[in-house]
Amino acid sequence: MIEVRNLWTQFGEFVVHQDLNLEIGQGEIVSLVGGSGSGKTTLLRQMLGLEKPTRGSVRVFGEDISRTAHLQETRNRWGMLFQHGALFSALTAFDNVAQPMRELRTLPEALVRDAVLLKLHMVGITPGDALKMPADLSGGMIKRVALARALALEPELLFLDEPTAGLDPNLSESFVELIRSLHQAMRLTVVMVTHDLDTLFALSTNIAVLAEKRVIAAGTPEQVLATPHPFIKQFFLGERGKRALEELHGSRHA
Amino acid sequence: MPILEQPVLFLKQNTPLTVHASGHWQVHALTHPDAMSAIRATLANVPRNTLVKWDLSNIAALDHIGAQLLWNAWGKIRPQQLAVLPQHAEFFERLEQAGPLALPQRTKMRRLSLSTLGGWLTGALDHLSGFIALIGQFVMDLGRFAAHPLLGPWKEISANVFHTGYQALGITALVGLLIGVVLSYLSAQQLHTFGGDIYLVNILGMSIIRELGPLLAAILVAGRSGSSITAQLGVMRVTEELDAMLVMGLPHGFRLIMPKVLALAVSMPLLVIWTDAMALFGGMAAAEFELDLSPSYFIQKLPDAVPLANYWIGLGKGVVFGCLIALVACHFGLRIKPNTESLGQGTTISVVTAITIVILADAIFAIVFSNVGYY
Repeated sequence: MIEVRNLWTQFGEFVVHQDLNLEIGQGEIVSLVGGSGSGKTTLLRQMLGLEKPTRGSVRVFGEDISRTAHLQETRNRWGMLFQHGALFSALTAFDNVAQPMRELRTLPEALVRDAVLLKLHMVGITPGDALKMPADLSGGMIKRVALARALALEPELLFLDEPTAGLDPNLSESFVELIRSLHQAMRLTVVMVTHDLDTLFALSTNIAVLAEKRVIAAGTPEQVLATPHPFIKQFFLGERGKRALEELHGSRHA
Repeated sequence: MPILEQPVLFLKQNTPLTVHASGHWQVHALTHPDAMSAIRATLANVPRNTLVKWDLSNIAALDHIGAQLLWNAWGKIRPQQLAVLPQHAEFFERLEQAGPLALPQRTKMRRLSLSTLGGWLTGALDHLSGFIALIGQFVMDLGRFAAHPLLGPWKEISANVFHTGYQALGITALVGLLIGVVLSYLSAQQLHTFGGDIYLVNILGMSIIRELGPLLAAILVAGRSGSSITAQLGVMRVTEELDAMLVMGLPHGFRLIMPKVLALAVSMPLLVIWTDAMALFGGMAAAEFELDLSPSYFIQKLPDAVPLANYWIGLGKGVVFGCLIALVACHFGLRIKPNTESLGQGTTISVVTAITIVILADAIFAIVFSNVGYY
C-alpha cells in the first residue's frame, strides 16, 4: 500500500530523515513510533502529500504522492484523523461528516443523510448529538465524529495522528476497540503515529521505529522488541513499557 | 486508480420479477455521472412490493454507501427473496442492526414573530448592558491605574500606541491628502463662479479641522485597529489565552482593555493632527493649481479663517472617537465564541458598529458645540 524509498527530508540545515525506507502492506495496522522530533508527523504528512520530501519518493497505492497527477482521486481513497479532530467549527457534527459526500455532487441528499447517520452510529454518536456544533461536543466525541468523517468515503487507508491523545483511559480503550472493529468491518489499512504504549500494543500488527533519522526496526511487535538497540530498550522496556507488555502477553495467552 | 466496473441494475421480467445487480457498488463508482442516473431510472420501474426477487450475487465489491442505496430502495427492510454473497451480507446486517436512524426535527423558525422580536430586543439590551459594564470596568481600572501609576501596564500601552498610531501614519496621510485635493477642487469650482475664490481657505480650514480630519482618521482607525483588536481578542478566546490570563490573576480589563483604550485615546488625536495637516496640504497644493492661491497666502489666512476653538473640538473628537473604537472592538472581541464563523462575524460587526457609533458621536458633537467656534 505504502512504499517509502530513500527518503531525505531537510528543514534548512536540519536533516530529519536520512535514507529512510519503509513498506506498509494491505490490511496491516502500522504504528510509527519514535522520540519527540524524530519526524513521525513529518513522515505522515509526506504520505498525505501535505509536505514534499527533499529527495526520494513516497508511493501510496503505487502513486508517487509528490508528483502524481491524480492527487485528488488518491485523497478520496484515504481518510485522516487529525490529532485534535480538525472538525469544521462552523458546521454541525452531521454536516462535518456529510461534507466529503456532498462534495462528490452526485449522491442524492436522502442517501447522504442515511449514510452519515450510519457512519455516526458506527462510531457511537446518536442522532441526537449529530446536530450539535463541535464546540458543544466533548473531546472524545470530537474524535469520534472526526473518525466518522475520515471514514465517510469508505477509504481503504486510514491515517491516525495520536488517536488516543487527550482521552481518558476508559475512552481511549473504547476508541482502540472501535478502531479495531472498524479495521475488521471495513478491511482498512491503518497507519498511526502514537506515543501511547497501551494503544500501540493493543492495536498494531506492525511497528516501525524511527530513530537516528531512519527506520531502525520494522516488523511485528515481537520482532521489534527483539532488536538490540538502545533506543528500543529504553522506549519499550522502561517501566511503562513493561506494564503495557505484560498486558500484551496476558491478552495473547488468554 | 484501480479500474472500477460501473454499478448496474437491470430487470428480468420472469416470475417472480428479478432485479439483478452487478459491478462495483462502491462510492467512487457510484459517483460516476451516468451510473447514478441509470440506477435511479431502473429503480423507478421496480414495483414496491415484496414479490420482487433481488439478485446481488454478481456484485464485485460493495461498501456501506452502495449497501445503503440498495437498502433505501428496499424501503429499509430486507426483501424476502434476496441472493447475496456471504462477504457482502454483513453490510446489510449492520444496516439492519442500526435500525431506523433519523435526525431530530429542527424547530422551524418563523420569519417574524413576537418571540424573534423579543429575541432581538433582549439581544440589543444584552449588548447595551455589556457595553455599559465594560465602560464601568474601564473607569474602575483607570482609577486603579491613577492610584498606582508605576504598576500600570506601560509596556502594553506603548506597544499599542505604536501599532495603532505610528503604523497608521501612511494610510491616513494618503487618504487625507487625496480628500484635501478633491475637496479643494470641488469647492474652488463652485467659489469661482461667483468670485469668492479667497473663501476657499475658510471652507477647507473649517471642514477639515472641525469635521473631516477627525472623522476620516476615526473611520480608518476603526477599520484598521478596531478589526485587529476584535480579531486578536477572538483568537485569544479560541486558544483559551483569555482563560489562562484569568487563572493567573491577570484581569482582562486592566491588562488588555485599558491599555488599548488609553493607547487609542493618545494616538487618535495625534493622528487627527496628522490627517488635518495632510488634508490641508493637499487642499493648498490643489488651490495653487486651480485658483492660483499662493501657499503663503493660504497659511497666513488660515488662523483668521478658523477660530482656535475648532482645533480643540477636533482634538477632543479624536480622544472620544479613539476611546469608543477601542471599547466597541473590545466589547465584540470578548463576545466571540470559540469557532471560526463567530470570529469572522464578530470582526465584521465590530467594525460596522464602531464606524456607526463614531458617526453618531460626531452628530452629538455637532449639536452640543453648535455655538462654539464660529464668528
